[in-house]
Amino acid sequence: MSREAMLGAIRRGLRRGPLPEDQAMALRARLAAHPRHLIPARSRVPRPEQVALFVRNVETEFGTVARVADAQEVPGAVAEYLAAQNLPPAFAMAPHPELQALPWESRPLLTRREGRAEATDLVTVQHGYAGIAETGTLMLPGGPQRPTTLNLLSESAIVVLRASRVVGAYEEAFDLLRAELVPATGLLPRNVMLVTGPSRSADIESSLELGAHGPRRLHVVLIDDELSARA
Amino acid sequence: MLATSPAFKENAAHAMADAGLQKALARTRPQFPAKRAAAVANLPEFEQLREIGKQIKNHTLANLDFYLETFAANVERAGGQLHWCSTADDARAAVLAICERVGARTVTKGKSMISEELGLNQHLELHGITPVETDLGEYILQLRHEPPSHIIAPAFHLNREDWEESFRKSHTDLPADRVFHERRDILTEARSRLREKFLAADVGITGANFLIAETGTSVIVTNEGNGDLTQTLPRVHIVLASIEKAVPTLEDTVSLLRLLARSATGQDFSVYTTFSTGPRRAEDVDGPAEYHVILLDNGRSAMVGTEFQDMLRCIRCAACINHCPVYATVGGHSYGWVYPGPMGSVLTPALIGVDQAGQLPNASTFCGKCESVCPMKIPLPNMMRHWREKEFERHLSPAGMRRGLAVWGWFARRPAIYRLATRAAMWTLGALGRRRGKFSSLPLAGGWTEGRDLPAPEGETFFARYAREQRAGRA
Repeated sequence: MSREAMLGAIRRGLRRGPLPEDQAMALRARLAAHPRHLIPARSRVPRPEQVALFVRNVETEFGTVARVADAQEVPGAVAEYLAAQNLPPAFAMAPHPELQALPWESRPLLTRREGRAEATDLVTVQHGYAGIAETGTLMLPGGPQRPTTLNLLSESAIVVLRASRVVGAYEEAFDLLRAELVPATGLLPRNVMLVTGPSRSADIESSLELGAHGPRRLHVVLIDDELSARA
Repeated sequence: MLATSPAFKENAAHAMADAGLQKALARTRPQFPAKRAAAVANLPEFEQLREIGKQIKNHTLANLDFYLETFAANVERAGGQLHWCSTADDARAAVLAICERVGARTVTKGKSMISEELGLNQHLELHGITPVETDLGEYILQLRHEPPSHIIAPAFHLNREDWEESFRKSHTDLPADRVFHERRDILTEARSRLREKFLAADVGITGANFLIAETGTSVIVTNEGNGDLTQTLPRVHIVLASIEKAVPTLEDTVSLLRLLARSATGQDFSVYTTFSTGPRRAEDVDGPAEYHVILLDNGRSAMVGTEFQDMLRCIRCAACINHCPVYATVGGHSYGWVYPGPMGSVLTPALIGVDQAGQLPNASTFCGKCESVCPMKIPLPNMMRHWREKEFERHLSPAGMRRGLAVWGWFARRPAIYRLATRAAMWTLGALGRRRGKFSSLPLAGGWTEGRDLPAPEGETFFARYAREQRAGRA
């Protein structure tokens, strides 16, 4: 049995048998408490600056951001972005209640299909679960309301995110996940993507090119739903 | 993978005469260090985070059996399957069994050094299964039948003209006279070619940067998104990971992630950092129906509790490789196996034997740059020294070197004779070389003087001067 051989070899190296119960209990307590380590000071700033830091970092990583004052303005912002990029007004959209509730009928020229992405989709609209200011990173947990393929298959990925869901550090985004998405099953969502800017590669002569296998463009529509976060 | 590490010297001589390789190395050499330095300067807590990272890994290694068992239990709780594999043979057999059971014809692959260690592609091909590398760098190497020369930039050694030539030769359905105006055109051709492969594959194989015990999660870090397409689209996802990838919690993982990209590419964070936990759930509309983790030992457990245990902290960022003057001169292929540069010089002898890879820890100037940039503070030069000792103890060093060391050892144990002899030798060399001021060749030191001149000694030896200044009360 490989399992016994591997564990046995590790224990021989550590000069002990299986971990004594009191030590195992201490390790289980550490897992349960999952203590944080040092969080860099850069994201420990007051609220409006945290959202501004998020926006700045998304842009540094070659993403773009459109800020809208109200969720009602999202369809207009999406339509304008597609027109400005010379993209067709059609997209695959995450079947998330917050996105479904948007007034898409205000922009009758936009056609949308709800569900997972297919390889032929040029544009996808994903629901942003959380934003992480530290590095301008989006947290996108997969699931029936947020299919993973929407993050990957299109050329232009649009993510709709509420400013109230922007946190400072990765640890704070995982706290949201632990509080909101883990209790139902006791498991992390099957897939959790942390996305920082559009796909890229530097494999050809160490020169950076955008759009390797994933989206060439990443556009965040940020809804300013939090008074204290408005600049 | 078959090792050519015993031929390191010949490999290196060949590499230094390779104009294309030297062009690629010269172009890329300064880039990684500059980017890393900028990223580190931008994070004032970086040094503190290094110490934290080291502590996290040390804690994990001291309890590795516990964390691996916890990880395994949580993978299974999430509906995944864990395969314990002591050897490369076990791992190849486990992967093949899964592929054959689901009737796989093509397999897409994200970048994985473990896959190189296993020689997995050859094994799958031998059994009628077509593996397709999807990382851009790995893809062209597969077309060219070459191994990677760097652990995060596999096609480090290639120039643009090599890319164009390989694509023209391999993508024969496209017009032969097409023009690649920019690097972007090369990328676009690869993107569309590989998109078909992603959609057609039956199984996707990725590596893992971390295995999180707390949640039974594997983590991959990429910039291209190829790893994500590989693990999301096919019906089966297989993760290849070695035992030292274990990390206790999500919090521990993000602390290490703060170090990884900055040390590797000089990015603050890679584009895609993806956490996978088990197969697709009942309500999911995408994702693989099966999730397997191949947990590979292949010699690593034997490093636990030895002077090489610290090497198991390595997170494969390649900072040591990117800052190594030897790597920058001879490139990655010279090292002759999967892992090049300083981390390879320590890890390779542990995994394939010091009799095979003994030359690698000798190919170091001990400048110490590798240790100074290692995010896990691994004492790489010290461990190379340990390998040199082991090589000497096992009588693997060349006879001339052993005799030379024996002579030196005889003198070093007799300080009075040592000082007398060095004083005499320095006086003789100084007298002989007074006219020209240097020696362009010396008996017994031909290898050393081949590349540089030895300045003729002037004045006294260090010991003589030190003693004189001590007497004068100045030191």
